[in-house]
Amino acid sequence: MADETTAGPVTTLATPIRLDFDFTPGVAQSRFLRGLEQGKFMGQRCPSCGKVYVPSRGSCPTDGVPTTEDVLLSNVGTVTTYCVVNVPFAGQSIEIPYICAQVLLDGANVSFMGLIQEIPADQIRMGMRVEAVWVDESELTPSLASVRYFRPNGETDADYETYKEYL
Amino acid sequence: MSAAERTVRPVSIASFAQSQNVRKDDERNEVEGLMPVIAEVFGNIGITKDDVGFICSGSTDYLIGGPFSFVMALDAVGVWPPKRESHVEMDGAWALYEAWVLLQEGEIDAALVYSFGRSSLGDLNEILTLQMDPYYEAPLWPDIVSLSALQARALIDAGKATEADFAAIASRSRRDALSNPKAQVAKDVSPEVLLQDEYVVAPLRRHALPPITDGAAAIVLAAGDKAREWSDRPVWITGFDHRMETHSLGARDLTSSPSTAKAAEMAGVASGKVDVAEIHAPFAHQEIIVAEALGLDDSVVINPSGGPLAANPLMSAGLIRIGEAAERIRSGKADRAVAHATSGPCLQQNLVCVLEGE
Repeated sequence: MADETTAGPVTTLATPIRLDFDFTPGVAQSRFLRGLEQGKFMGQRCPSCGKVYVPSRGSCPTDGVPTTEDVLLSNVGTVTTYCVVNVPFAGQSIEIPYICAQVLLDGANVSFMGLIQEIPADQIRMGMRVEAVWVDESELTPSLASVRYFRPNGETDADYETYKEYL
Repeated sequence: MSAAERTVRPVSIASFAQSQNVRKDDERNEVEGLMPVIAEVFGNIGITKDDVGFICSGSTDYLIGGPFSFVMALDAVGVWPPKRESHVEMDGAWALYEAWVLLQEGEIDAALVYSFGRSSLGDLNEILTLQMDPYYEAPLWPDIVSLSALQARALIDAGKATEADFAAIASRSRRDALSNPKAQVAKDVSPEVLLQDEYVVAPLRRHALPPITDGAAAIVLAAGDKAREWSDRPVWITGFDHRMETHSLGARDLTSSPSTAKAAEMAGVASGKVDVAEIHAPFAHQEIIVAEALGLDDSVVINPSGGPLAANPLMSAGLIRIGEAAERIRSGKADRAVAHATSGPCLQQNLVCVLEGE
């Protein structure tokens, strides 16, 4: 019988690891998530610089002070920048090509990522005005899955000057 | 070169703050938990983030299960205009060491150090297994309680301690914690009663294990004029060193701590009388090993805060030892103190900080 220990270097060793964690959204992010459950965007304002964060993690990252004032934000926002996804990948649930955009909600001072639908991918542009399309009321959950996507709302494009600070 | 031979720039522990230590803080996220601590550590001495030239934090993503949690934690400080900042994937005591080294250069005069540990978010025993060698040890999932029990068994077999000693340490720690409003486990229970606890992993009974704790802590370091401006009685760091032993448990004598002994020698622990020692020994038996390595005699008051057996927020418990030792000096209860922090399984890495009141 051959001596298995001389069969050459071992190049692969599988050591499966799985860890489960609780996630604590915290006070501020819970407000945001509860807002999504009701079909609305809740942000918070910094008492020092006045900026509105959505979602807020409970502090102003610039000033390091608690964001305590809740701000109900608009359902409508502006595409500040975007990309068109043409690459298929495992687990992809949306038909390519599709648009992934940063949306600056009216009244907010930070943009967040959203899917843009109901428009051909080659017609997306910076400054486009969009509105959130929510899932049916019975399907609303405290999660961004409550927002199906954003779609053009037909308004005239926003002036570059109004969103150039947020690129 | 010993501490006495080195030219050390005097740096003081100007302010210390810690959160309430709790079993599980499921209301606030990391940033929300840190913000009051940062506000307090600055507020104690009437300064703001603009008064520090460096920020260094200690934490680990393994506790939270998310990447770059230390970057998000910076939101609790606010970093505009941009500051020099660093992070160690270690207890905040090592973050303090990094800040102290930077202060030695003389370019800045003050630094903020903070750490946060959410020990409650996952299975701590499983998480801590991942600090082991990833090929030969971690796949066996040796949990930290079992590894510590191996060490305790070795200590008993070497004739250096008994189970009653472990119970005495736990009893003293929890009784002392009664006077620490931030402690998690505080009660007056005799060693005899504690010895009736069930074994968790023999020879360790429940009381010999640290509690699982969520908590955060922060310290402001100051040098030069700022140290005097911010304190009536500056608490100076007069010696500071940390050392590490091999990763392989089988290659170590678990009943002693040569890395602590070496760090203590380099930090100059023996060059004066030690009034108080805050020892970061999460498991009761480890206090015996560390105290011996530090060369402490029976006159030294050990862990008057209650120590890690009263509250053990991972990544913060070492930094808290330094803060608690400094507070003993600031309050006039001690003139010279030793603070110790540990990391890794069975006291693998150890840090020693010597503090003296002016």
